[in-house]
Amino acid sequence: MNIVAKPKLSHTILNYILLIVLAAVVLGPFLIGLWTSFLPTMDIAKGNFLSLHLSLQNYIDAFTQTPIIRYLGNSLFISVATMIAQLIFCSMSAYAFVFLKFKYRNFLFGLFLATMMLPFEAEIIPNFTTVKALGLLNTYSVMIIPFLTSAFGTFMLRQSFLQMPAELKEAADIEGLGHFQFYWKIALPYNKISLLTLGAYSFLGAWNQYLWPMLTTFSNAYRPVQNGLRQLQSEETFNDWGMIQATAAIVVIPTLIVLFVGQHYFKSGMNEGAVK
Amino acid sequence: MSITLRNIRKDYDQNTEVLKDVSVKVETGEFFVIVGPSGCGKSTLLRMIAGLTPITGGEVQIDDQVVNELPPKARKLTMVFQNYALYPFLSVWDNVAFGLKARKLDSADIKQRVDNALKMVSLTKLRKRKPRELSGGQRQRVALARAVASDAKICLMDEPLSNLDAQLRIKMRQEIYALQRKLGLTLIYVTHDQVEAMTMADHIMVLHDKHVQQIGTPSEIYQTPANDFVAKFFGTPQINILPAKRSADNDHILNVSSDLEIALNQPVPAENLKIGVRPDDFKIERADGVSSNAVVKNTEFLGNETIVYATMNSGSDIHVVVDGQVAFRSYEPVKVTASSKLLFFDQNGNRINLAKEALVHA
Repeated sequence: MNIVAKPKLSHTILNYILLIVLAAVVLGPFLIGLWTSFLPTMDIAKGNFLSLHLSLQNYIDAFTQTPIIRYLGNSLFISVATMIAQLIFCSMSAYAFVFLKFKYRNFLFGLFLATMMLPFEAEIIPNFTTVKALGLLNTYSVMIIPFLTSAFGTFMLRQSFLQMPAELKEAADIEGLGHFQFYWKIALPYNKISLLTLGAYSFLGAWNQYLWPMLTTFSNAYRPVQNGLRQLQSEETFNDWGMIQATAAIVVIPTLIVLFVGQHYFKSGMNEGAVK
Repeated sequence: MSITLRNIRKDYDQNTEVLKDVSVKVETGEFFVIVGPSGCGKSTLLRMIAGLTPITGGEVQIDDQVVNELPPKARKLTMVFQNYALYPFLSVWDNVAFGLKARKLDSADIKQRVDNALKMVSLTKLRKRKPRELSGGQRQRVALARAVASDAKICLMDEPLSNLDAQLRIKMRQEIYALQRKLGLTLIYVTHDQVEAMTMADHIMVLHDKHVQQIGTPSEIYQTPANDFVAKFFGTPQINILPAKRSADNDHILNVSSDLEIALNQPVPAENLKIGVRPDDFKIERADGVSSNAVVKNTEFLGNETIVYATMNSGSDIHVVVDGQVAFRSYEPVKVTASSKLLFFDQNGNRINLAKEALVHA
């Protein structure tokens, strides 16, 4: 007997119309941006968005006339370094909070979490004073060191570690694995999915930084791509919108890659079979 | 390698005592089963032997060495867990090899041991699979192979079969027993299943209520249980425990819940006591309303035998196993008599030893 009533056709149509409208609102600007990146600036300036003078000239210009490659390189370096550092330090601190027994563990973890309550904007002025005193302004370090670890990452991995069956640790104890071996050979591979998630999250977080690099970098040598993009706009008296759009499209690509690649891994069921 | 426990005690804090005064010697090559209802501390005891849980009091000795302070690795043992504890990201082969690699054995030696172990549990064909691609029984075999591959001569098992279905459990039971004998392992096996204990053990330890109730061979435990708890724990269907009194007129006559008189060949050992009658030691026959002393509630037909549930006139519920198929209607009056063997317990449930072998004339 079929208890679930078939939805009415009118309902289905309405649902789809709503979904299409929402999709258009979300995707519209993105598609317009992508479209205009193929148009000559003259057409954009005239408001001739339906022009058919499509070409890759804007992209060629972006690579040849602007320091975009330098920006991309800077961002890539900063993002990868931040990601690796966060993966190492967050997983280590999460491991300590789960598998090491020490006094005031829960209190310290609470303190750790409390730092998540402070928005980054509130920390900007003291952080700026600190890095300035350390002489780190306008270097790569200034964009990496404040982000070596994160309370969120530690929290996320701690939750993930807590879900490991206790028997895995006991089995490892019987085999005589030390903490570092257990961390490296069992805890990390077991929590691969959480690590990938955190990796993607911290990479994109660093890639999309804007406020902090704007305050702490002054030259193209260290400027990451988001700020570089802004730079393209003001440096020239005449804004080459076509080229700026092309650059913006290039900047978005890594985000898309990370999401597409990530999606493949974020399926459930990878850890089935460890325990009944 | 033999294992000796001396007055082992475990408290989690001042007020929660889990185990008290556990002493036993497990001989080399022995299949030793720790059995008890859930929450009796049997897994805790196993973890103390393994070194995973600290010992509050007493001594654990392996061969001639007190190991209380030794880490698990130094105790040279292996453990098989209820939920297998396999590494999901490693293949079957690597799961078995993992511990050996951690112990930094020579790689040719590792290969030989792992291949042998997998062959012994017939998993050679599946060696490249991941645990998630195996069935429950196969996963359990991987866990066993880990124990087999290790050179440790002591193996601890914590309810290894309780996640398997009934058929598979019988099969794995036989495999575990065969492996233990073949490898000469000293095996300590924790279970809540009395059938596993009876079928595999050389010696059984019954734990209940923080205390060791009895240690003995399966037949000792079944035939001369230390108390009514042990008597009730072993044997299916459960033993009938009924209140009984010494008859005021004749001290050789036992009066069972005022429905049934049993004549003994010696004085009844106490005035008020409890008797235990195994379900197949009762006899049951149809009777008219005058001579009957019980009423049938219902019957369960099991193929080769039938379990009859009845209520004595005094209100005690009993169950009786009868060979073959018998048809009693519900509420049919019957006469119940006890045949041959009886167990006697005092008011606290401890078994009373009779002076002579009890010859009972019902």
